[in-house]
Amino acid sequence: MTALTKLTLKGALDGLAAKDFTSVELTRAHVEAVEAARPLNAYILETPEKALEMAAASDARRAKGEAGPLDGAPLGVKDLFCTQGVRTTACSKILENFVPGYESTVTSQLWRDGAVMLGKLNLDQFAMGSSNETSYFGPVTNPWRASGSNKALTPGGSSGGSAAAVAADLCLGATATDTGGSIRQPAAFTGTVGIKPTYGRCSRWGVVAFASSLDQAGPIAKTVEDTALLLTSMSGHDPKDSTSLDIPVPDFTQFVGKSIKGLRIGIPKEYRVDGMPAEIEKLWADGIEWLKEAGCEIVEVSLPHTKYALPAYYIVAPAEASSNLARYDGMRYGLREDGANLTEIYERTRAAGFGDEVKRRILIGTYVLSAGYYDAYYLKALKVRRRIAEDFDKAWEKCDALLTPTAPSAAFGLGENSNDPIAMYLNDVFTVTTNLAGLPGLSLPAGLDANGLPLGLQIIGKPLDEGTVFSVAGAIEKAAGFTAKADKWW
Amino acid sequence: MAIDAATVRKVARLARIAEPEERIEALAQELNGIMTWIEQLAEVDTDGVEPLTSVVGSALPLRDDVVTMGGDAALVTANAPKSKDGFFVVPKVVE
Repeated sequence: MTALTKLTLKGALDGLAAKDFTSVELTRAHVEAVEAARPLNAYILETPEKALEMAAASDARRAKGEAGPLDGAPLGVKDLFCTQGVRTTACSKILENFVPGYESTVTSQLWRDGAVMLGKLNLDQFAMGSSNETSYFGPVTNPWRASGSNKALTPGGSSGGSAAAVAADLCLGATATDTGGSIRQPAAFTGTVGIKPTYGRCSRWGVVAFASSLDQAGPIAKTVEDTALLLTSMSGHDPKDSTSLDIPVPDFTQFVGKSIKGLRIGIPKEYRVDGMPAEIEKLWADGIEWLKEAGCEIVEVSLPHTKYALPAYYIVAPAEASSNLARYDGMRYGLREDGANLTEIYERTRAAGFGDEVKRRILIGTYVLSAGYYDAYYLKALKVRRRIAEDFDKAWEKCDALLTPTAPSAAFGLGENSNDPIAMYLNDVFTVTTNLAGLPGLSLPAGLDANGLPLGLQIIGKPLDEGTVFSVAGAIEKAAGFTAKADKWW
Repeated sequence: MAIDAATVRKVARLARIAEPEERIEALAQELNGIMTWIEQLAEVDTDGVEPLTSVVGSALPLRDDVVTMGGDAALVTANAPKSKDGFFVVPKVVE
């Protein structure tokens, strides 16, 4: 049944509709693939019984002619999304045994549309990391290896489990979240497609909070069209999230394959950073060429505050995280350690329950919000954030979408950057700007480097203009003809 | 602005995270490294710039002041480290 796991989401849905196979068959093939791929550590919780039960229910719906848009498609869920009755940990010790009594809005919409859950996917603890190494359950190993090497590579982070599972055919698509690049950088490192929509498209309700003004959910899948299918289902207004946008959701798939003739594509000169590998420069130039051939006009634009995006992010995100994570007090849910008094219980609980990177960010956040530093750091960062958003506003006067590399390198070795926080943070240099400005950004694979590792290009769109992003991505996907897959070693 | 050991102790206390004494120096160095890198924000002219707190409209939506969920103590306390009869059991804080 391995052939069934090779299908795209669209291909599988077509096959289900044509009665070529059942959801139970499709799901069983994936359950077997997931079991066989445990060395990747992509799934931290497999739910095969639930999956097969959901698949059987899907087949019954389809037999009655009541199939939804994703009916019978087996998906993976990043373990940051609360799933009712299914353990949800954020890959932390403090939530190691947390079983939500409710379902996140985004996943509930996927199940509403008929999708099947295969299990929960690994991530950096509380989504804080760019290599999946901060997970309490250990890192995910990238299915890709450099040619002629057995070295274990990172799948990126924080949605490393989601990206690796899609790349290794362990699901037809996966939910993910992106606070500074956590959908797009892993997608680039694994040869998969990932989109972070406009802030407010997807409800944050039931998603474990990291930095609420930046967090956005989105899908990772095998093709641009597949991500469009998933995003259509995941998006929509939710009164339970006060920042959820009350606007209609288009069928995003209609934009994939649409002509992009006459579109103006901006190339931000500040994204040409020092030390960028020549192969990434080349890939970017290829992308520009493909878009020219498709009839786009290429314009150089300037985003002068780009270099300040990451430092601003490392004030804003930790500040919000320190506030959000104050809820883990050992009283109402999660781990509780003993202590002589209440303060000691709090301090010991949080010391034992959080990993080093999470603690580091809480401490930074607490520091920049503390008396005497609030104006100098937090307020300053929010002003720089506006400067960054204004850069984009100006760029939109000259272009309809932007083309950039997704990440400054291909996947690196596990352990290579883990002792240098700033080197790790720089992974998000091209992705974090869109979180600060709330814009949609999509990464798709567009080529391989000399070591045979995938590289990604990013398309950034205007607010709420995911449609154009999907159209441009569809054109690049077609021109790049990227079909490489990781050689199966697991 | 260098972050010294005393600042780390203070911030860790504010954040309610017990940091063992032998970690304090190393943490001070780590945080200093990060904050020094962040210092480059000082180069940006932000005079007269309004802080950007949210990228969505500034007016938060209001809803009717009614109970939408509730009345299920068993569900609410299901993940509590300690609970009894539908209540959270917490350490005594008032003598």
